[in-house]
Amino acid sequence: MEKFTRHTGVGVPLRRSNVDTDQIIPAVYLKRITRTGFEDALFAAWRSDPEFVLNQPAYASGSVLVAGPDFGTGSSREHAVWALKDYGFRVVLASRFADIFRGNSGKQGLVAGVVAQDDIERLWEVLEATPGAQVTVDLVARQATTDGLTVDFEIDDYTRWRLLEGLDDIGLTLQHAGDIADFEAKRPAHKPATLPAKSLGPAKIVSARPA
Amino acid sequence: MAGTLAEKVWRDHLVRQGAGGEPDLLYIDLHLVHEVTSPQAFEGLRLAGRRPRRPELTLATEDHNTPTVDIDLPIADPVSRLQIETLRANCAEFGIRLHSLGDADQGIVHQVGPQLGLTQPGMTIVCGDSHTSTHGAFGALAFGIGTSEVEHVLATQTLPLKPFKTMAINIEGELPAGTTAKDIILAIIAKIGTGGGQGYVLEYRGPAIAALSMEARMTICNMSIEAGARAGMIAPDETTYAYLAGRPHAPTGDDWEAALAYWRTLRTDDDAVFDAEVTLRVGDLEPYVTWGTNPGQGLPLSANVPVPAEIADPSERLAAERAIEYMGLTPGSPLRDLEIDTVFLGSCTNGRIEDLRQAAAVVRGRKKHPNLRMLVVPASARVRLQAEAEGLDRVFTDFGAEWRNAGCSMCLAMNPDKLAAQERSASTSNRNFEGRQGKGGRTHLVSPLVAAATAIRGTLSSVADLDFQVDLDLIATSAATLPAPCPPLTPLSN
Repeated sequence: MEKFTRHTGVGVPLRRSNVDTDQIIPAVYLKRITRTGFEDALFAAWRSDPEFVLNQPAYASGSVLVAGPDFGTGSSREHAVWALKDYGFRVVLASRFADIFRGNSGKQGLVAGVVAQDDIERLWEVLEATPGAQVTVDLVARQATTDGLTVDFEIDDYTRWRLLEGLDDIGLTLQHAGDIADFEAKRPAHKPATLPAKSLGPAKIVSARPA
Repeated sequence: MAGTLAEKVWRDHLVRQGAGGEPDLLYIDLHLVHEVTSPQAFEGLRLAGRRPRRPELTLATEDHNTPTVDIDLPIADPVSRLQIETLRANCAEFGIRLHSLGDADQGIVHQVGPQLGLTQPGMTIVCGDSHTSTHGAFGALAFGIGTSEVEHVLATQTLPLKPFKTMAINIEGELPAGTTAKDIILAIIAKIGTGGGQGYVLEYRGPAIAALSMEARMTICNMSIEAGARAGMIAPDETTYAYLAGRPHAPTGDDWEAALAYWRTLRTDDDAVFDAEVTLRVGDLEPYVTWGTNPGQGLPLSANVPVPAEIADPSERLAAERAIEYMGLTPGSPLRDLEIDTVFLGSCTNGRIEDLRQAAAVVRGRKKHPNLRMLVVPASARVRLQAEAEGLDRVFTDFGAEWRNAGCSMCLAMNPDKLAAQERSASTSNRNFEGRQGKGGRTHLVSPLVAAATAIRGTLSSVADLDFQVDLDLIATSAATLPAPCPPLTPLSN
């Protein structure tokens, strides 16, 4: 994972709450088997609206998204984070994030910073008054600054450390392979395994036909 | 040490306790996989030269993309087909058990685990799917994960996690006739909001929960994520053990006794303290429906569409205005007057045998309203077989509904089952997000009973709105007195 220390880019005000992952990337785009190339899918339904913020030239190159509360609710699709990153976003600021989305962000180097809603409102005012205004996000200081306004954001210490160091979770966990093996040796015998496979028995499945 | 149910399961899976802000390392007992959130994880393994650590603790099914008609033909959509073929190739390469389309054990992953007896109390269960919370109905700690975590679990059979907070959801009173588990959970989400559960594991408790079948419990735990929660749980009891006994992967003999002894310890201690508590009294609960574009925007069916000007909170007012516009609603008008184009009965929330039985009891001998279509999509191929053995398929087709093969279907419209723009659905699924069931589609979340009554009347309706009597007591009894919600299956030919 790429290290993240500080980033400066165009701030995008998204005055919406409950931006769910179906809005960030509709399910139809989840059929792809690649990990990149999702920039066209970001906010796909809204992108056809000329008034939508990313369709305004001043915001089109945005990389710091400032959104309403409960951003990223709904499905666990990590594609939501990939789509934001592929579009060019490095940071999302909101007063509340859905847990899975926040976790996925941390795994992919997207900073999900929790900002008080009052400060989100102030950021929106600045970014709307000055379209294209730059926002600097400092992960060390946990602050976002734009046009004389500085707001604090929260991000948990461990995620911040991993982002600053650009560390891969699997590598970190495998340092404890011995602990995992010890745990496995003590697992009770009654715990189920999927193999060898057991079944309710074979049965013929008849195909339904279109009405 | 006193603990809640969730804390006990957590402790029993601690590989390593995190120190100094580090997360704990938790062992994962069962990893469920489907075609949508796994291809990039398998690719990650390949690129790093890694193999799955415990393929025998992993199970894959095809569900999200799969068509619900013509399943014996090649999948028409080439992108969907490639994703399914990718799952098949990955499972073959890495030695993972897969139930493919056309296989008797295929179906929505959250139905397949329980029906095989792989979902058991006290387990940790994950899947790259937010509705993994379903399995919490068995007293398992089960939650959705992202694709990076799918790769992590494949490689290590563990996850680094910060402990969740715990919230008790006390359900008091007796559920009135004509209401179901779906109404309970819609009412809870309307009460605490889509962010109310963030960071928490919810434990549903109280007499109304204890009285529920396993299927109804799954419906409730399934939608925990819609309240923002990481997971939902219900302590195992005799209903749980009766469901599990005799299932293919349930323990037997001495293992059953050992498991049962452990399972009986899985309850929140009397002196344990939750981080938060919420109480819902259901004695006068009405059928709930959603009017807006998130699952927290729900009201009793007898209510009117909200009037945004009357909403004090500016953010909620804006959200309501937007939702009313998208949904094509008139503020202040009765929800009951809304004309429905499509009724969808199915999904990991309400596609189980009990749901099909309830809806069938309402529509039996009737004809659907001519202005709408109704899709009935069983959660799994086994549920479909069971329903056919009971003659429910004929009840639905005689009614005028389409009887489909199993899968996620119109819940998220990744396969050809979609709403057209501006089309309005009454759906027993779990999400009413903009475009969820098809671009521009308008979704009202409902219970199977409301879905069935709506299919008869053509407008959002409860069973009480029908001009004939449905014996609701009979429905309640038939579900509750069955030895297991999915009794031994009779082959189709019988």
